[in-house]
Amino acid sequence: MAKDDTSQLPTFRTRGLTKVYGEGAAAVHALRGVDLTIPKGEMVVLLGPSGSGKSTLLNIIGGLDRATDGAAFFQDQNLSEMNDRALTLYRRDHVGFVFQFYNLMPSLTARENVELVTEIADDPMEVEEALRLVGLGERMDHFPAQMSGGEQQRVAIARAIAKNPTVLFCDEPTGALDSKTGRQVLHVINDINRDLGATVMIVTHAAATAQMAHRVIHFADGAIREVVENDTRLSPDEIHW
Amino acid sequence: MTRALALMRFIGDVMRALDQKLLRDLWRIKGQAGAIALVVAVGVLLLVMMSGMISSLEETRTTYYERYRLADVFAPVTRAPKKMLDRLAEIPGVDAVEGRIQGGALVDMAGQDLPVRAQVVSLPEWREPRLNGVYLAEGQMPQAGRNDEVLILRSFAKAHDLALGDRLAATMHGNRRDFRVVGIAQAPEFLFNVPAGEFVPDDNRFAVLWMNEEALEAAFDLKGAFNEALLSLERGAQVEPVLTAVDALLARYGGLGAYGVGDQMSNRFLSEEIKGLNATAKAVPPIFMGVAAFLLYIVISRMVQAEREQIGLIKAFGYTDVEVALHYVKLVIVIALTGALLGCLGGVWSGRLLAGVYQSLYHFPFLVFRVEPSSFAAGILVSVLAAVVGGASVLRRVFALTPAVAMRPPAPADFSRSGAISDSLKRWLDQPSRMVLRRVMRNPGRVFGAVIGIAAGMGLSSAQLSVMSGFNDVLDKTYGVVDRSDVAVTFFEQMPEKTAFDLAHLPGVIEVEPTRAVSAVLRHGPEYYRGGITGLVPGAKLSRALDKDGADIEMPTRGIVLAKALADILNVQPGGTITVEVLEGRRPVLELHVARIADTLLGAPAYMQLEALNTAMNEPGRISGAFLRVDAEAYPALFAALKDVPKVAGVTRKDDARAAMKKLMDAGAGTMRFVMAAIAGIITFGIVYNSARISFGEQSRDLASLRVMGFSQGEASFILLGELALVVILAIPVGVLIGYGLSFLVAAGFSTDLYQIPTEFKADAYGVAGAAVVLAAVISGWLVKREIGRVDLVATLKTRE
Repeated sequence: MAKDDTSQLPTFRTRGLTKVYGEGAAAVHALRGVDLTIPKGEMVVLLGPSGSGKSTLLNIIGGLDRATDGAAFFQDQNLSEMNDRALTLYRRDHVGFVFQFYNLMPSLTARENVELVTEIADDPMEVEEALRLVGLGERMDHFPAQMSGGEQQRVAIARAIAKNPTVLFCDEPTGALDSKTGRQVLHVINDINRDLGATVMIVTHAAATAQMAHRVIHFADGAIREVVENDTRLSPDEIHW
Repeated sequence: MTRALALMRFIGDVMRALDQKLLRDLWRIKGQAGAIALVVAVGVLLLVMMSGMISSLEETRTTYYERYRLADVFAPVTRAPKKMLDRLAEIPGVDAVEGRIQGGALVDMAGQDLPVRAQVVSLPEWREPRLNGVYLAEGQMPQAGRNDEVLILRSFAKAHDLALGDRLAATMHGNRRDFRVVGIAQAPEFLFNVPAGEFVPDDNRFAVLWMNEEALEAAFDLKGAFNEALLSLERGAQVEPVLTAVDALLARYGGLGAYGVGDQMSNRFLSEEIKGLNATAKAVPPIFMGVAAFLLYIVISRMVQAEREQIGLIKAFGYTDVEVALHYVKLVIVIALTGALLGCLGGVWSGRLLAGVYQSLYHFPFLVFRVEPSSFAAGILVSVLAAVVGGASVLRRVFALTPAVAMRPPAPADFSRSGAISDSLKRWLDQPSRMVLRRVMRNPGRVFGAVIGIAAGMGLSSAQLSVMSGFNDVLDKTYGVVDRSDVAVTFFEQMPEKTAFDLAHLPGVIEVEPTRAVSAVLRHGPEYYRGGITGLVPGAKLSRALDKDGADIEMPTRGIVLAKALADILNVQPGGTITVEVLEGRRPVLELHVARIADTLLGAPAYMQLEALNTAMNEPGRISGAFLRVDAEAYPALFAALKDVPKVAGVTRKDDARAAMKKLMDAGAGTMRFVMAAIAGIITFGIVYNSARISFGEQSRDLASLRVMGFSQGEASFILLGELALVVILAIPVGVLIGYGLSFLVAAGFSTDLYQIPTEFKADAYGVAGAAVVLAAVISGWLVKREIGRVDLVATLKTRE
């Protein structure tokens, strides 16, 4: 396999990934030597109680935070060795984020929020297409204040996928939504994984969500307790909350 | 009383926990609080310093005048017998009378080719002068009978390194005598020492010699007579009737017109200075207080917005609206009081420095900078007032928040009504620029306030600087265009015209232009001005009257030409007629029509054709001085020769006058530029830093999102700093406009009949102030940008606002 052919490499590999907040007696071990491989194109759900380390892992492999020890690879790039500038470029070119609290720019319309990303991305999709993928083709010129929570979250997803990301991180994407709206959002995420081939990683408290994943990683006390590969995946419609 | 105490105790009890919050809040916003306190401090500093300076100057002046018995009325006369003093004393309202001899002399200083024009003043023998006493700084008074002993003016002694026991020669009325310095003195009538016909003090060229009356009686041939009467008035007596009575009594002895102390030259300069300080003290501090109120308003409204959950919580605990509101009011008051306190201290400190400057400029023997307690009180009061005005407008919102509403997160800010950006404009704007533009359009009031605040600071500075540069114009125009002579010679008395032609034969003289000055009172309706008329020869080239386009005004054979300032004082237009009461010779009263208006910046002269003036005086062929154009290399020879020409009262080299002016300007200019730039800078810093911090608070989420999406720190900062850049870019042209408008007011405030400051657009003044604004903006932007780098991206995004 040629060095520059990254197509068959796993999206992420981590080796002994450790994150410690604070020092001495006050030190909190958020990650205690995590080894993990995420194959390309999978939908992965991370489950576990609060403080078990799942969000910390997401932040480190998403280029938002640095590990205290160990290594994290995105394809063949060692994220642990990147400086701020390189991490910024990594996020810009490869990563899409969706958070619980949408984090849209209130001063930009739905279309403009998406354009914010397409203007700086290498190979973005059409803005209209991104919004159509999340079912918002009709409301492109509305400001966030004029939209419901579910609509805002779908704009956030459109914004995250418009750059054609290699990987999409979703941190509690349905946490602020009712079940009907939450299901719509999961549909969108599922479609993106299937149609665009993006690797998707979802952090959630909602255990039922795990039924739609290829792979479920259970976290406890900063370590992986169990990895389950689903033989059969449910569609978001079949999930019971 | 007990109710008030109970209330205090109640407040003390319930507010304890909130006070902890208050201190922590203050610490958290220390940068912003500091910037606002700084703005308040500068405002209070200026207020305390200036009002302190004004009261110190006024008090020192009063004390000095009283202690050394400065006269209320000065009555120069050609020659009046001493018995007239008793008649003067009988005028109703007159308290004390003193007669003295005063006149001009030329002092020959070793090592100085040009003789210094001096004023000689007599001192009574055997007793203290009843009026216009002297403060003896060193040495002793001349002893009776020792007619070669003199006191000299302290500033002149300093400028020439003269000490007790030194000898100097003075020529009075053509007679040269040697004197010995026995004392060094100051006097309240010589506070601000401006050589005749100039308008900046020059210690080097302003000498006063006090000597025994007997010595001057001999020199001026005034045995048993006086040529100046000094009168003090009873408390509450009116000056005008006394002046009229004095003039009537002295008319037959050649009275030259009595005038009140208000018209006394040194006193007038001081009064003008105090007037200017007063105007500045009233105009400047309010700008700072307005800016401080605006800043407190935006800071507190942001704080209330950000703390709505906490406010809801505190209210849910059972705190009343008033208690919660008081918490925020206390916060603004603490900031304002800190600033006010700093300002008071700074005001006293800078006031002391300024007092030192004034003491040396005005030659007070003492000048104690003292601030009235009321100035401190005023400073503290206006700061607290500004703070409360700024804070109070926000409290409405605190009241309006109910616990339940406060604890629900706010909906996203609605930008749908912020005004549409047209499609054509959109094509040119990327998304970050649209964010900047929409925020600006959504908060037009805030942007407007910031623009006006910065522009006011810049306008204030640029107006002052531009007026200062206007002073330079006065200099250039007066000494370069209006007066093209090199040397001006004046005589003790009217001389025949041919004297001018004698001067033409002196070494190095290229051109001679005779002139005559007579003192007169000019009247038009109720307005009058005590000045004089200058007679110019037809086709004058060395000293001219120019119209506002800079073209020569040919002197009419009939009528009079008035300087613009004089026409304004008399409220007369060309074509009008004025009455001129000549105070010399036969004292004719003339009705003259105003032919033209001359654009003169220095003084308030009136011009006539020399021959017409002489005809009106019924004294044909007389002159009182001459302007010379001189070969520069011949100066030493010329001055040596002039020392021997009889009847020469004074010789002024134009370069000296210009150099003295230049020196004063340059000394003040650097400091002034610095102070004014600092004022513009501090206001800008206060506004830009606070606006940036607030935008940062409001947009930290947006900024974090942008960073997560892969925007670099610089790109993300643009959202924040773009708005401020826009504010600054808008503020600068507005500042130029405000400055230009203000410069008319400031110039009018500084202009007197002694000199007029032209108002022109001075690019350099606006450049300095604008540069200070930009520099302050860049520094504040940099400080805030540093903080963007420290944002915890994830934490920001995971919290709801």
